[in-house]
Amino acid sequence: MNIVLSTEETVRFPPTLRVAALAAAFSHAALLSAQAPDPDLARNLASSCAICHGTHGVSQGVVPSLAGTPKADLVAKLQEYKAGKRAGTIMPQLAKGYTDAQLELMAGWFAEQKK
Amino acid sequence: MREHSMQRREFLKALTAAGVLALPGCATPGGSASKGKVVVVGGGFGGATAAKYLRMWSNGAIEVTLVEPDAQFVSCPLSNLVLGGSQTIASLTSSMAGLAGRHGVRIVRDTAVAVDPDKRSVRLQSGIDLSYDRLVLSPGVDLLYDLVPGLESAAARQQVLHAWKAGPQTVALRRQLEEMPDGGTFALAIPLAPFRCPPGPYERACQVAWYFKRAKPKSKVLIFDANPDVVSKAGLFKKAWVDEYKGIVEYRPNHVLTGVDASTRTLKFEIQGNERADVLNVIPPNRAGEIARAAGVVTANNRWCEVNFLTFESIKVKGVHILGDAIQVAPAMPKSASMANNHAKVAAAAIAAMLAGREANPAPAILNTCYSFITDKEVVHVASVHQYSNEKKTFEPVAGAGGLSPAMSALEGEYAWSWAKNIWADTLA
Repeated sequence: MNIVLSTEETVRFPPTLRVAALAAAFSHAALLSAQAPDPDLARNLASSCAICHGTHGVSQGVVPSLAGTPKADLVAKLQEYKAGKRAGTIMPQLAKGYTDAQLELMAGWFAEQKK
Repeated sequence: MREHSMQRREFLKALTAAGVLALPGCATPGGSASKGKVVVVGGGFGGATAAKYLRMWSNGAIEVTLVEPDAQFVSCPLSNLVLGGSQTIASLTSSMAGLAGRHGVRIVRDTAVAVDPDKRSVRLQSGIDLSYDRLVLSPGVDLLYDLVPGLESAAARQQVLHAWKAGPQTVALRRQLEEMPDGGTFALAIPLAPFRCPPGPYERACQVAWYFKRAKPKSKVLIFDANPDVVSKAGLFKKAWVDEYKGIVEYRPNHVLTGVDASTRTLKFEIQGNERADVLNVIPPNRAGEIARAAGVVTANNRWCEVNFLTFESIKVKGVHILGDAIQVAPAMPKSASMANNHAKVAAAAIAAMLAGREANPAPAILNTCYSFITDKEVVHVASVHQYSNEKKTFEPVAGAGGLSPAMSALEGEYAWSWAKNIWADTLA
């Protein structure tokens, strides 16, 4: 469940090395079975949030943007909502609907989006 | 394993950025690039969102044609505020230009009239045939006037409006309310559920009452509901009718409409007899939009389209996906704009994956958020989360999650406008 870690690792490479490293990873990936979880799961789950927080987490209204917020901060807030320790209108109700793994995935995806 | 797949995408992005690969349609050893043609019918919350996200999530590789007769997008959510007089229809109207300009969606101003699922072709009113690899129907609802005797003629329907599709009907109903003298009665007839926007009729009663309270305080709002109780946010609406609109709103359940006399402005009910009023607003029973029937995807109760919830593909006709109000919903899933937007994303992700030779996401989760205006500024919400159950092959609402506002508030009014701006932009911009 550490998509974010893995992409953070890849961006540390200089661009040319990055392509080479990714190429190696790609040839490996092509051999993997079709049973892998959806590689776009984080993106897909997070896309639901756009109705209130904007496409890619960039809000057009008073509800805050999520794009570029550190993952740890988002996970902490979501967990507080889920545990009923943080006041809110809709988020305490929605956070309870997701597994911890799903909240982590969504938070990681928003952290990667441009502000 | 997931990390490797992410890296594969990063790899493709890096190669594309380096000019090594030219999207669209690059053939790769892993077959990871989506390509193909998708036709989307209907540019509402479901269809427009699907068109945008298909382009975005395929990095422009999927050719997307959106068939929509209207040049502009008029939001049904918030349109009851036009009836109350605190908003104009213009404030709820958006351009669809961003879909073409920013996302490369080809927009065809036309109406789809027939589908040939074997040839994978859809026929438009103008006679043009569009071929597709996948067809997305987001036709909204049609109104079943054959179940409302007395409203057969166009003239009768101009007098007795539905205003259940935001636009000219909304503006015309507002005019009728303005022309009604103080001391008059507005009668709203609500069909049996399921219908588009479950809290919509009750919000409408609030907005008309808000107008009467200020401009025509001797006037009444009579709600004739075919259902045994308020279908959505019941406690919150009933509280508002007592606290905010006492003496104005009267709610009468179990009133099944059997006919209308437009000339005498009379509603006829199965059991209770006739009721006269000054302004009638009849919402006929709803079903999936006509093109769904023409495509042969209406499978439930002769009204709604059953879908595979992993892809929103019809259970009956291969290659045809249905979104939004037209589907036979999963348990506790409302026919709302938020849901249509979420359907569109599950379908877009599934179609992009399938056109790239991959499986659709096996574990989607979606959510609903729906605001209702009690006054011009004070608002209540209902929210829910729906997780796909592999065992039951449908979305199930998560027990213990979701819920209602404890009371109406101006804060939620601000959030409602923020929701509107964001969902409009997410759909169109």
